Amino acid sequence: MKQIRWTLWVPLALFGAFFVLVASQLMNPASTTVESAMIGKPLPDFALKPASADRPGLATSDMQDGQPHLLNVFASWCVPCAAEAPQLSALERAGANIVGVAIRDRPEDVAAFLAQHGNPYSRIGADDLSEVQVGIGSSGVPETFVVDGKGIIRYQHIGDIRDQDVPMLLEKLKEAAL
Amino acid sequence: MIAEFGLAALWLAAALAALQLVAGALVLRRDEPGLAALVRPAAVVQGLLAALSFGALLLLFVQTDLSVRLVAENSHTAKPMIFKIAGAWSNHEGSMLLWVAVMAMAGGLIALIERRLPERTLLATLAAQAFVSLGFYAFLLVSSNPFERLSPAPLEGNGLNPLLQDVAAAYHPTTLYFGYVGLSVAFSFAVGALLTRQVTPDFARAMRPWVLGAWIFLTLGITAGSYWAYYELGWGGWWFWDPVENASLMPWLAATALLHSASVLAARDALRAWTIMLGVVAFSMSMIGTFLVRSGILTSVHAFAVDPERGSFILALLTLYIGSALTLFALRAGTVAEGERFSVTSREGALVVNNVALSAILAIVLVGTLYPLLTEAFGIKVSVGPPYFNPVSALFFMPMLVVLAVGPLLRWRRDSLGRVQNEVVLVGVIALLVLAGVWFNTSIGLLPLLGLALSVAIAVGSILPLKGRSLRRLPLAVWGMVVAHFGIAVALFGMSADSAFTKEKLVAATPGETVEVGPWKVTLEAVEPVAGPNWTALEGVLAASYKGGKPKQIAPQSREFWSPVQKTSESALLTRWNGQLYAVIGEEIDGGRWQIRLWWKPFVTWIWYGGLLIGFGGFLALLGRVMGDLKRRSLQARIARRRRTAADEEQAA
Repeated sequence: MKQIRWTLWVPLALFGAFFVLVASQLMNPASTTVESAMIGKPLPDFALKPASADRPGLATSDMQDGQPHLLNVFASWCVPCAAEAPQLSALERAGANIVGVAIRDRPEDVAAFLAQHGNPYSRIGADDLSEVQVGIGSSGVPETFVVDGKGIIRYQHIGDIRDQDVPMLLEKLKEAAL
Repeated sequence: MIAEFGLAALWLAAALAALQLVAGALVLRRDEPGLAALVRPAAVVQGLLAALSFGALLLLFVQTDLSVRLVAENSHTAKPMIFKIAGAWSNHEGSMLLWVAVMAMAGGLIALIERRLPERTLLATLAAQAFVSLGFYAFLLVSSNPFERLSPAPLEGNGLNPLLQDVAAAYHPTTLYFGYVGLSVAFSFAVGALLTRQVTPDFARAMRPWVLGAWIFLTLGITAGSYWAYYELGWGGWWFWDPVENASLMPWLAATALLHSASVLAARDALRAWTIMLGVVAFSMSMIGTFLVRSGILTSVHAFAVDPERGSFILALLTLYIGSALTLFALRAGTVAEGERFSVTSREGALVVNNVALSAILAIVLVGTLYPLLTEAFGIKVSVGPPYFNPVSALFFMPMLVVLAVGPLLRWRRDSLGRVQNEVVLVGVIALLVLAGVWFNTSIGLLPLLGLALSVAIAVGSILPLKGRSLRRLPLAVWGMVVAHFGIAVALFGMSADSAFTKEKLVAATPGETVEVGPWKVTLEAVEPVAGPNWTALEGVLAASYKGGKPKQIAPQSREFWSPVQKTSESALLTRWNGQLYAVIGEEIDGGRWQIRLWWKPFVTWIWYGGLLIGFGGFLALLGRVMGDLKRRSLQARIARRRRTAADEEQAA
């Protein structure tokens, strides 16, 4: 009997391990957002036709011009996209080069949306089948990506851009330009 | 007033629990009749007060008193009465109050009726029960007061999660709570027995009805929960290995093992330390399950109850309970003698196989549930699902079920397979025949194939213990075992048939179009809007005909609730004895065409019939045990009376 006494402590030890595991998880709650696996990788190859009459479409080569870009994934049917429009305009005024990818949209709706909320985009591609959206690892609208001058995805912002996000995104653009 | 009354009752109940704990613990140290006399009454009154407190909460929900925060957040005047009542426990605070109320009432009941155990062991048990309750009282009173007022009172409540506005959902959490509470009683018995080193057959007999009761509730709760997920979530599946499902399965596995090991201890005075261990583990699993669901550290469809702060509180409580119980176990179990020996081929031997397999499955489920947490600590996100759980748990389920088919035929202590040779051969041949029959006629996966063969073998094996016995004089407990084991065969048959033979069809149909799925022809007749008390819906009217028979109408809905706004799909089911047609309607596409999803699921309902049979078997066994107890008691009383009169007569002479 004496020599197997230590086995009686095994359950307590296992429970201790369980406690350490869940307590550490409870202390640092895991982020529930699904981050793109494409961060740090080059943009996939694509060439989207224009989504609106007054702006050209968007292709991968447009993003490899040596300048960092903000790539904004949006749609006219998306309410938070309208909410972030003022912040996008502010970013444009601060010198950011913003390109848009309109998800599953119609040209007349995009035009109406831009007429109402302003047009901060230099180019807008129509992503009718969400191909580019899936390709860059975006799981919803709106999302905004920082892409450097070589076309490499540097940063992903999920959800609408709030006021406090504007300086942060400008900083990320600056980092991407280095 | 009602809210304040409920809160006052809760505080008083907590105070009595403290008294019960202190008095019980002091009596353990030295014999003090004055203190000892306090413990039982304290437990009874505590039970009454906690029940009153929960009753007050129920009343508040029935009246929809919106000045109480909990009611305002979880109810709505437009809700049907049954869901108003269910609202009382379909939220964190209310469910905790229900838990502690049932636990206190169970403690009171033990204090009233339990006379078999040595008095010191019983008082230690009640003290342990108070120890567990106190944590819950503290939780409620400090951080989740269900009676908190809201000022000013809102004009209308915030409704109830529409997914939960469903009869099965209204009663499924309560059955699980009753199960968890029953296991907390088993835990207290185990701790009491350890504290006084009285791990005896009497301890097992005293604990067994509580384990049985808990196990019945868990069985029914899991069955109802599985059926709810099946028709409410509209995915057509009945078990998803979702963390919350696992959280209810793990206590059930532990309770099933405990039930069987307690039987060995009660009948043969063997497996002493093991039974104690299982008593602790079973309750630990209910606490861990509750913690995983409430803390939100695992994501799941049940994310409605999540709050990390509460998670920390529950974690603190469970660490206190389980940590101290396991420490006590490590210190004391060595001094609990091993108990009687038995040979491998014996009833005990078969039950040990059952216990080892169930424990292994429990470990598999626990590891699978926690594994995503572990990898996340290293920054890797994974989700563990059926590809892991099904084959790995089957590895232990299958041998266990093989033993189940013949184990009940074996005698206690020592037996030989030769004695039950005919039965073993019979069961084996039947299994092989089914296996071969299915194998040559269809091509289905290995697990469903084995499942079908085993289910038939177990069905036969489960009724063999009736052979050669007088059915009228057979104890109810044996009937219970037979029915429950037969229920396992039924459920297993349903599971295997469903996974082997289900036909699925996803179409976009225009009204008038006919779709074929399995033996069914289903015609979409129309899509119409309908309105309910707190929802509007689009209803697809389908006419389904089985093998060209008379068509029957079914109407799946896509519902929109408006308080809170949420979309749910109400599947429509057409049940026959040999399966179910399952229909879900989705969105309109391209104007005039409707997404319709149809399944023909042969024998799927047998899964839940089996679950009900298992629960019913448990009920028969419980009834048998309780009645046996009462009979024994009245017999003892009669003997004592006769002895007294004999003594009196002797004196008179």
